[in-house]
Amino acid sequence: MTINLATESGFHAPGTEIFNFEPLFSIGGLDVTKPMLMAFVGSAIVVTLFYVACAKPTMIPGRLQALVELGYTFVRDDIARSIIGGKKGDKYVPLLVSLFFFIWILNLFAVIPLLQFPVTSRIAYPAVLAITVYLLFIFLGIKHQGPVGYFKNMMFPPGIPKPVYVILAPLEFISTILVRPFTHAVRLFANMFAGHVLIAFFAVTAYYFIVETQGLGIVIGVAGFVMTIAMTGFEMFIQVLQAFIFTLLAAVYIQSSVEVDH
Amino acid sequence: MFLAELFGSVGAIGYGLAAIGPGIGVGLIFGLGVQAIARQPEAYNLLRQNMILGFVLTEALALIGFVAPFVYPTS
Repeated sequence: MTINLATESGFHAPGTEIFNFEPLFSIGGLDVTKPMLMAFVGSAIVVTLFYVACAKPTMIPGRLQALVELGYTFVRDDIARSIIGGKKGDKYVPLLVSLFFFIWILNLFAVIPLLQFPVTSRIAYPAVLAITVYLLFIFLGIKHQGPVGYFKNMMFPPGIPKPVYVILAPLEFISTILVRPFTHAVRLFANMFAGHVLIAFFAVTAYYFIVETQGLGIVIGVAGFVMTIAMTGFEMFIQVLQAFIFTLLAAVYIQSSVEVDH
Repeated sequence: MFLAELFGSVGAIGYGLAAIGPGIGVGLIFGLGVQAIARQPEAYNLLRQNMILGFVLTEALALIGFVAPFVYPTS
């Protein structure tokens, strides 16, 4: 005997349908949806913020410039310099800073009233960013180690007993070439996706038990309401952490291409 | 002839099983990470960075389990 609570009680838990949007308008046959528009707005915000703050830099920074420089030096010192290393790392700071702030803004849309949708919970957005990093680190690897040297260093690291290479070489190849871009994109996507579903679930629970039903269920409704607020706070922490992790991994991948481990 | 039959939300049970391994892994990483910081507080920055790196690589396993139902839909 099966009892399906979802269909018999009138309570509908939110599913994947909350990630599908009807097109708002279309430009030349291209339908523009809410996430697409938000991605444009997000990149515009990042560009404008950095332009306004740093177009005319002053020796003694104003409030906005100080704030932006704080973010910039955080990415430079904690990601670029400490992972890729001093002089070499500084070359990739512009890329890493752009990645970090772009992803953070897209994630942050999840908790901004009225927008309330993390753009990165659509797999296409993290996928494009991950593919960009993927092409970059393969290009850098071939540039710094040569086309043969790159794959040789990747699959046959020195100082390991000969028979182990039978297992190690294909594993290293699969993990670097196939799994790396996949997990890089999926990590960001799945975290944002799960976070959005969780907030939506608690919000729907609160609404259903407080507004639509009467009686003792209100206890659950209040718990759902409190959890919605708590999860929103927790999500804000996860958002900045995921932006940091995406950028950190991009730096780790670049480092493994420009420098050979001996 | 079936020995046992299972129906309903099998995917949810599957994800629960898939999360055991990464759960143990993440616990080990942070447990040992905190222990290492307690032993050597001055190495905090280095340890924190490696903790996060180990955490995200382990977490990837759970997240692959999370997206598997979308890759292999049952119905």
